[in-house]
Amino acid sequence: MSAQYEPVTARYLHLDLGRLDHRVFVEEAGNPGGVPLLCLHTAGADSRQFRGVLNDPDVLRTCRVIAFDLPYHGKSSPPAGWQRGTYQLTAASYADTVLAVIDALELDRPVVMGCSIGGRLVLYLAADHPGKVGGVIGLQSGGHVEPYYDTDYLNRPDVHGGLACAGIVSGLIGPQAPDEDRWETLWHYMQGGPGVFKGDLHFYKVDGDVRDRLAAVDTARCPVFLLTGEYDYSCSPQDTQEVAAGVPGCQVTIMTGLGHFPMSEDYASFREYLLPTLGAAAAAREQLLAGVQP
Amino acid sequence: MSAPLIDRLQALYKADEQLAAQGRLIRTKMLIDAGEQAAIITIVDGVVTEIADTARLVTPVWTFALRAPAQEWEQFWEPAPRPGHNDLFALLRRGQLRLEGNIYPFMSHLLYFKALLALPRTV
Repeated sequence: MSAQYEPVTARYLHLDLGRLDHRVFVEEAGNPGGVPLLCLHTAGADSRQFRGVLNDPDVLRTCRVIAFDLPYHGKSSPPAGWQRGTYQLTAASYADTVLAVIDALELDRPVVMGCSIGGRLVLYLAADHPGKVGGVIGLQSGGHVEPYYDTDYLNRPDVHGGLACAGIVSGLIGPQAPDEDRWETLWHYMQGGPGVFKGDLHFYKVDGDVRDRLAAVDTARCPVFLLTGEYDYSCSPQDTQEVAAGVPGCQVTIMTGLGHFPMSEDYASFREYLLPTLGAAAAAREQLLAGVQP
Repeated sequence: MSAPLIDRLQALYKADEQLAAQGRLIRTKMLIDAGEQAAIITIVDGVVTEIADTARLVTPVWTFALRAPAQEWEQFWEPAPRPGHNDLFALLRRGQLRLEGNIYPFMSHLLYFKALLALPRTV
């Protein structure tokens, strides 16, 4: 019997971030000459969330799909000396990491698609680095989230961190999501390192309030597409609509039945929204590269 | 509330062995407050052993409380809850659920309590 490989290949990339060497896990699939599509996972998870995109023949025909694990996540190790500090993601450190990946892989104005914290980060990219990207797709993008539970429970010695993190996010998945993908999504959370989800939430709830940067987004220079699942109460459809109100020209779609992890919890449903959005994003990027104002 | 709270909560006795195993370290009393009605659920080693209407108790004693308007519990327990009503944390985010008392048993066993309190949905 021959090996049943997926069309996905993966390598480790070394990046200098904050003057420290980082070993970063990068996986990719698709058309090497296609639209570069860089995917950013949610807080406390990893690039396995994009397994559906990375295996979708209709996406791979037209796109070069790349997903990587942030440092401390998945198969990307923390830098040497991590044990002496407390992990906290910031808007600056997150943007620096994504830009470092774009530079290291020599991606020509990729479309960057991020979910949750990634959906927030793409708004920073659109505002502050439009020349580096060819458009952004924000999944579950909100401008800011006020704390509504005590995040200390995510990392304390008398609570199982993996179970706590999965317990926090479990209700963010749409009720109709297939069981297999619901629990795969939660498994990723159960595997997170101590304090990593909480450290990501520092960006999500404290440092990364993007609302005052939205006025700088020019969709003529960086097209913006926002897709939000209706069952997400962390980044709700209302939160996304508020972002959209501050970004004239962006396109918003509220996705029926889906929650906070559309690409991971129910890819079959998500792709019905993703494919037309990718088509529109690719066309907009082509116009940008050709110097045509939309 | 269309059915008395105490009747809706009878479903919690139907927790299966796997759920009880998840909660094997839990010994606590949880107050479910639905406005005009409330009940105290006793859990021993992950098994619900008693559900008491607080109206019948002289001195209600509990470790932690979940308080939400009756209508919120109704919507939470609909077979196919609508967005914003599908999870206890959705109620928290909308400011419709209050957690009080020593919430350690709850926060350290979120998957257990979420599954337990969703059981009225299935009956």
